[in-house]
Amino acid sequence: MIDATRRILLKGSLAAGSVGVAVAAGLLTPRLVLAEWNAAAFESKDVSAALKGLLGSDAMETNDAVVVKAPDIAENGAVVPVTVETTLSDISYIAIIASGNATPLVASFALGAAAMPFVSTRIKMGKTADVVAVVKQGDKLFSNAKNVKVTIGGCGG
Amino acid sequence: MSDIKVRAKLEGNETVVKCLMNHPMETGLRKDSKTNELVPAHFIQEVICKWKDQVVLTAAWSGGVSKNPYLSFKFIGGAVGDPVEVSWKDNKGESQTETSQIA
Repeated sequence: MIDATRRILLKGSLAAGSVGVAVAAGLLTPRLVLAEWNAAAFESKDVSAALKGLLGSDAMETNDAVVVKAPDIAENGAVVPVTVETTLSDISYIAIIASGNATPLVASFALGAAAMPFVSTRIKMGKTADVVAVVKQGDKLFSNAKNVKVTIGGCGG
Repeated sequence: MSDIKVRAKLEGNETVVKCLMNHPMETGLRKDSKTNELVPAHFIQEVICKWKDQVVLTAAWSGGVSKNPYLSFKFIGGAVGDPVEVSWKDNKGESQTETSQIA
C-alpha cells in the first residue's frame, strides 16, 4: 500500500519534471502556453484553416455590405493602411487577411456590445494580393476583398 | 511614460478612438541584413480597449501588423470626459497601458 502510493507520487513528479525540462529546452515555447492567443489560427499557412481555427468555419458569403478600404497600389508593403467597415448589424468579429502572406491571418477583432463594426489599422503585405475582410454575424461569415498591388514587399527577405 | 498614444473624440453619438503604439512588430521571419540571421519574433498579440469598465474591442494580432501599430475603432455611448483605456501584451509577455479622456 505504502509502496503503491510512493510509486504514483514518483510517477507524478517525474511527469511534471519532464514538462519543466521541455519548457527549459525550448521545446514548448511560452507562446503555446498563452491561452488567449490563437496560435493555430495565426500560424496557419492557408486561409481556410486560419478561419476555421479562429471563427469555427470557413464557409463565407461575399457581401458588398462589407467594405474594405485599402490603396490600389501600395508602394511600401510594410505599411498598408486597411479599414474594414460594414452596415451589417450584430457583428461580433472582424478578421483581416492578407491572402498572399506566408501566414495570411493578420488580425482579428472581437467587438464588444458598444463597438461599431469599424476597424482601421496598418498591415504588412509580402506581395500583391487580395486583402480579405471577414465579419461574423451570429454564426454566419460574410466577406469582401480588395486587391492591393504591392511594389516592394514588406515581409523582409 | 507609456509608449501608447490614445486619442478619443466624440463625433455626434460616436466616439472615434485612434491609437498609436511603439513596437517593433517582428514576425520572426525577417533576416537581419548584416548578420543574415533571423530576427526573433517580437510582436503584440493582444490589444484590449476599454471604455470605463466595459471592454469595447479585443484585438488579436500576428506579426503581420505593421511596425509601430496604428489602430482606430468607434463605439457608441461615450460622453466627453469618459476614460478610454488601451493596453497591449506581446509574445514576450511585455505589456503597456494608457488611458485617455474622450474629448
